[in-house]
Amino acid sequence: MENKFTKRKATEKLIFWFLGLMMLSSIAILGIIIFFIFKRGVGVISWEFLISMPMNGMTEGGILPAILGSFYLVTGAILVATPLGVFAAIYMTEYAQKGKLIRIIRIGVSNLSGVPSVVFGLFGLSIFVKYLNFGVSILSGSLTLAIVILPTIIRASEEALMSVPDEYRSSSLALGATKWQTIKHVVLPASIPGILTGCILGVGRVAGETAPIIFTAATFFSMRLPKSVFSEVMALPYNIYALVATGTSPQKQVPIAYGTAVVLLVLVLLINLIAIFMRIKYSNKNAN
Amino acid sequence: MNELKMEVKNLDFYYDDFQALKDVNIPLESNKVTALIGPSGCGKSTFLRTLNRMNDLIEGSRVDGNVLFDGKNIYDQDVDVVELRKRIGMVFQQPNPFPKSVFDNVAYGPRIHGLKDNETLEEIVIGSLKGAALYDEVKDRLDDSALGLSGGQQQRLCIARALAVKPEVLLMDEPASALDPVATAKIEDLIDELKNNYTIVIVTHSMQQAARVSDNTGFFLMGDLVEYDRTDKIFENPDDQRTEDYITGRFG
Repeated sequence: MENKFTKRKATEKLIFWFLGLMMLSSIAILGIIIFFIFKRGVGVISWEFLISMPMNGMTEGGILPAILGSFYLVTGAILVATPLGVFAAIYMTEYAQKGKLIRIIRIGVSNLSGVPSVVFGLFGLSIFVKYLNFGVSILSGSLTLAIVILPTIIRASEEALMSVPDEYRSSSLALGATKWQTIKHVVLPASIPGILTGCILGVGRVAGETAPIIFTAATFFSMRLPKSVFSEVMALPYNIYALVATGTSPQKQVPIAYGTAVVLLVLVLLINLIAIFMRIKYSNKNAN
Repeated sequence: MNELKMEVKNLDFYYDDFQALKDVNIPLESNKVTALIGPSGCGKSTFLRTLNRMNDLIEGSRVDGNVLFDGKNIYDQDVDVVELRKRIGMVFQQPNPFPKSVFDNVAYGPRIHGLKDNETLEEIVIGSLKGAALYDEVKDRLDDSALGLSGGQQQRLCIARALAVKPEVLLMDEPASALDPVATAKIEDLIDELKNNYTIVIVTHSMQQAARVSDNTGFFLMGDLVEYDRTDKIFENPDDQRTEDYITGRFG
């Protein structure tokens, strides 16, 4: 009896330390990545680096076009994917009959998010760049990225919509509201925080995507800023890839790649922080 | 018997294969309070929801029979459900104000029905809040979130919200079951007040409450309406043995 008891206690302790260690390792890996990138990249960061044009085949100068290019691509993707995803989610949660079909659609959406992003890149190349003849451009890249984040936005919107209590719907309908009035005036306002958070997390994800834009939007080096949605652009993640993989003078270009990585990392972290703050702010507001 | 606001004839209700209501016949008198009592799962809430067709929302449900409202069957093809629910309001068991301000909660109904004029809107909101005996408590916080009110206040707000669309009938599904005794007493006083202008149907678990607030009472058991009569008759001298057993607490 005594023996069994101490053995059980020892197991408890062992499990506690084991799980703690796993948790610490995960955090440590994240910490090491951030530390490593910053250590290698922070040296080239300066105000100049952020606001000036690249020079001499991307061996000197700044990354302004890449920052702007990423901004355009992500904005375009969000503008396309948000309405599409939110309305699709409204249909799936509010209108579609619960049954086999909607389950299949839901599985389809989940699978869409599991498709390797390079496949989306190929799809974008054949449909937007070639077939629709948009060329390698902001437009093609944005549309491709929109497809990449669509599942994220649909899932987030669906979850937000489903978390709205059914009582809101019934009491609105009991007051003689139509279904669409109920959705527009009660369900959507109550789920906006969740939807927004999902969109922002989508932005964070898509800002770092490289593969979908390689064939559809990105260029390695540009002396000019893009003029229209049909211009090709530089973009932060592609810039990193191109500098390291295809750069001609690594000793000059690799530090710039790390500097670009720092900028990208900070941007993505900032975007995610905004999402977290919004979630906190809105959940407080709803609780009061 | 007084004038009938609604009359239910031979009503059957099914959830898929399960028959939840069996041949229910019940008259609902104008400007009276009709209480529906019975053990959990007896069909009283289901019955209440057939009166404003809230059961339409449940997939796989089916209704047979007639529910006459001012002589017209509400299950007829040409009945506009939206219009019907405007005339037959409903208050639910859990106080469920929208996450909006007190004012916007009450103004919600009139607004979706197309009222834009702010003065009229304000009149209706204040009138409805007074009608629900809530105005004095919230007049300084009309712009605050309704979720900050107490449970009892929230429930009266939901009543005000229902009154604001000017219904003729008010259906209440255990409106006081989530409230404390003080808040319950207020709701009961209010029901007494409201029946001057509305026909009220209330589902309740509490037999004392049914005895206190209602003029007529129907006793449901396993989908059957066992007995319907004047409330004093039901509570003092019921015809059916099962009603007496339930009233005296021998089962339920």
